[in-house]
Amino acid sequence: MKIGVFICHCGSNIAATVDVKKVAETAGRMAEVVYATDAMYACSEPGQQAIEEAVKKYALSGVVVASCSPRMHEATFRRTVERAGLNRYMFEMANIREHVSWIGRDQGPNTVKAIELVRMAVEKLRLNRALIPRKLPATRRALVIGGGVAGIQASLDCAEAGLEVVLVEREPSIGGKMSKLDKTFPTVDCSSCILGPRMVDVAQHERITLYAYSEIESVSGYVGNFEVVIRKKAAYVDWDKCTGCGLCIEKCPSKKNFDRFNEGLGSAAAINIPFPQAIPKKAVIRAEDCRQFQGKKCGICAKFCPTGAINHEQQDELVTIQVGAIVAATGYDLADWTVYGEYGAGRYADVITSLQYERMLSASGPFGGHIKRPSNGEEPKSVVFIQCVASRDPSIGRPYCSGFCCMYTAKQAIMTRDHIPDSQSYVFYMDIRSPGKGYDEFTRRAQEEYGAQYVRGRVSQVYPRGNKLVVRGADTLLGSQVEVEADLVVLAVGGEGSREAAGLAEKLRISYDSFGFFLEGHPKLKPVETNTAGVFLAGSCQGLKDIPFSVSQGSAAAAKTLALLSRDMLESDPQTAQVDIKRCIGCGKCIQVCPFQAIREADLRGQSKAEVLEAVCQGCGLCNATCPQGAIQLSHFTDNQVLAEVEALLCP
Amino acid sequence: MEHVQLGRGDTDFIRAVETESGQKVSRCYQCGNCTAGCPMSFTYDFTVSRIMRLIQLGQKNTVLSSKAVWMCASCESCSTRCPNHIEVARILDVCRHMSRRAGFGGARNVRLFADAFLQSVRWHGQSHELGLMAVYKLLSMRLFDDLTLAPDMLLKNKLPFKPHRIKGRDEVAGIFRRYAQGRGLHGGGKK
Repeated sequence: MKIGVFICHCGSNIAATVDVKKVAETAGRMAEVVYATDAMYACSEPGQQAIEEAVKKYALSGVVVASCSPRMHEATFRRTVERAGLNRYMFEMANIREHVSWIGRDQGPNTVKAIELVRMAVEKLRLNRALIPRKLPATRRALVIGGGVAGIQASLDCAEAGLEVVLVEREPSIGGKMSKLDKTFPTVDCSSCILGPRMVDVAQHERITLYAYSEIESVSGYVGNFEVVIRKKAAYVDWDKCTGCGLCIEKCPSKKNFDRFNEGLGSAAAINIPFPQAIPKKAVIRAEDCRQFQGKKCGICAKFCPTGAINHEQQDELVTIQVGAIVAATGYDLADWTVYGEYGAGRYADVITSLQYERMLSASGPFGGHIKRPSNGEEPKSVVFIQCVASRDPSIGRPYCSGFCCMYTAKQAIMTRDHIPDSQSYVFYMDIRSPGKGYDEFTRRAQEEYGAQYVRGRVSQVYPRGNKLVVRGADTLLGSQVEVEADLVVLAVGGEGSREAAGLAEKLRISYDSFGFFLEGHPKLKPVETNTAGVFLAGSCQGLKDIPFSVSQGSAAAAKTLALLSRDMLESDPQTAQVDIKRCIGCGKCIQVCPFQAIREADLRGQSKAEVLEAVCQGCGLCNATCPQGAIQLSHFTDNQVLAEVEALLCP
Repeated sequence: MEHVQLGRGDTDFIRAVETESGQKVSRCYQCGNCTAGCPMSFTYDFTVSRIMRLIQLGQKNTVLSSKAVWMCASCESCSTRCPNHIEVARILDVCRHMSRRAGFGGARNVRLFADAFLQSVRWHGQSHELGLMAVYKLLSMRLFDDLTLAPDMLLKNKLPFKPHRIKGRDEVAGIFRRYAQGRGLHGGGKK
């Protein structure tokens, strides 16, 4: 084998603390190395060209590049060697930036370590074999999980481009958080007026199949060929027959139940359609609220339903579908604001959340669009907004800025003056974060045109005085404590990942953080990809976003899905497990440890042997480490290759 | 108001406050929650959050000569409410010690009261209110302050004439002794 080694300076990133010339010189004397040099930027166009030329000039059969992390540029250099006529797996990368120059200041030891890493790469490369990816057919259908504005956008974009789309929503209607909002910033246009038509488009699109009131039961398979089981939760109403007339809701005797859509601000019947524009506009019975399910004599809904759609015997239904790609768009939930005992949420009826206030402002909400104090129904004249509730607060484990509260608070202050012209709003804030198009101007309008009084400081206490609430806080600009009497207190509650996100992430085999947000492939360069091929992210499930950003990400995820499924055949990664039939004793340990069900028992002339389903294998190597016979080997990471690296390090 | 020269902040002071209090003052992002809940704020010359800001900028003299550090009642509302887990009351306590060691005047009467209280505890193992008041009033010359409260307190036996000496007096004295060895009792404060 003829090996070429290229040591990258990465400008001064590596060269400042590693003697690259010396590394290249030493590498030149390593086994089977016929050419070694250094390069200013190996990944640049001239850098890559130099590698290609060297491959041709010295008839190289393998290439080592010592530079950054393979996560950064392995794919780049594999393409380079491929262009030069080599198999892309005849390439090895030594990470001398993240693992050496960025973490150590001392040039001497750094150079020694860089040489060791290069030697390991060379020794492994000597045992590398050309690997050929297999072609796999892909299912040209996408699954979108979550029917909020991001999921709706992703579904419509994919369907418009000709892809079949399955949209799964856990609530009885799509629309997500946006459907609960009254107006949207910074244009103050009606939320349901702009979202409603999109929801109707979803319902009417010939290529979109909507599963509302459904959840993901399980996901198996791999990019291009996922098999997904969807659980259609029992609505106890036959949706094929339900016309959404609402007669059942009118007649239902159990009316004083927690209204989920209205954030508990009003009350809901046990059989309900969440809101007038719901898609699909179908009734759902909540068993925990229904008299029939509590063993009482009822069945009134069934008696009155003009189409006979009520079916108290209905069961959950499992549907299995095949898809090529998955977009997760599961959105967010409000963080727990009840941890702030000092704000009195839950104790005082007139302390409400921002989302409850949206339902109050909404004409289709329980208050008919009139702002009233929940305690006595009076119109509030003094409204206090408290920002950063469960945001930017490390003491409750929520250190991040939720990003949208400053803007919706400004909007709510504007709407308050709009609804009640002789009212006064006070906004307690820490910093105003409004970096969007027309956003900062909007917060200025709230103050200049709508007279909202912005107070810079946090609130320490809300307590009742007579039938009013006293809000005590600080004005740090004034350098003083301040107090204001309020009729209504609105908590600008921040968000966190959807409460069911963790469970879904495990089904999708993607990562998530401690706040319940899914982890993107790269914070800058792969914002909608995940580390699982074929799974993409859109909207607030990746990190909190406002509507414009959620919509953009919905489109971005759709673009990625379309790019993936625009090909009829996908290439599978050949770095998979291989069974040496002669060594395999059929103990089945590999089958037990495989997290992807990629190994099955096969019969070979009466003997039991392990068989790897190459298309399913993700190349994790668990079977390789478990096999007592060493019969199962991971291509490109065989025992011998790993041992060669260890040996290169320990006995150079 | 004078210009604050940002480049001339006393970084040794910042470090000393951080070391003695075990708190990181740069964690304060000036939300004002400490000030919002402070029950003694009405007596302060600078609000708590401003004291934190002054420390962040190394304004040693302003902090150590402020009235605020001495009027703090150590109720710890600030520490409880701080979203960044800063023990603000601890920082103010450290500033009181520093103020005293460095010989800043501070609130003289607060200091005298604290001395009289500690003296009483050292002698009796717990405070003897009547003796404590006598010492404090003589030193501060505020002889007739709060005198109207005395009859009620006497009637309720809140001001016994004889000090009640507790059992573990020696152990309490031991605390004072160990503290004195550790740092030199009220070192340098009594000029």
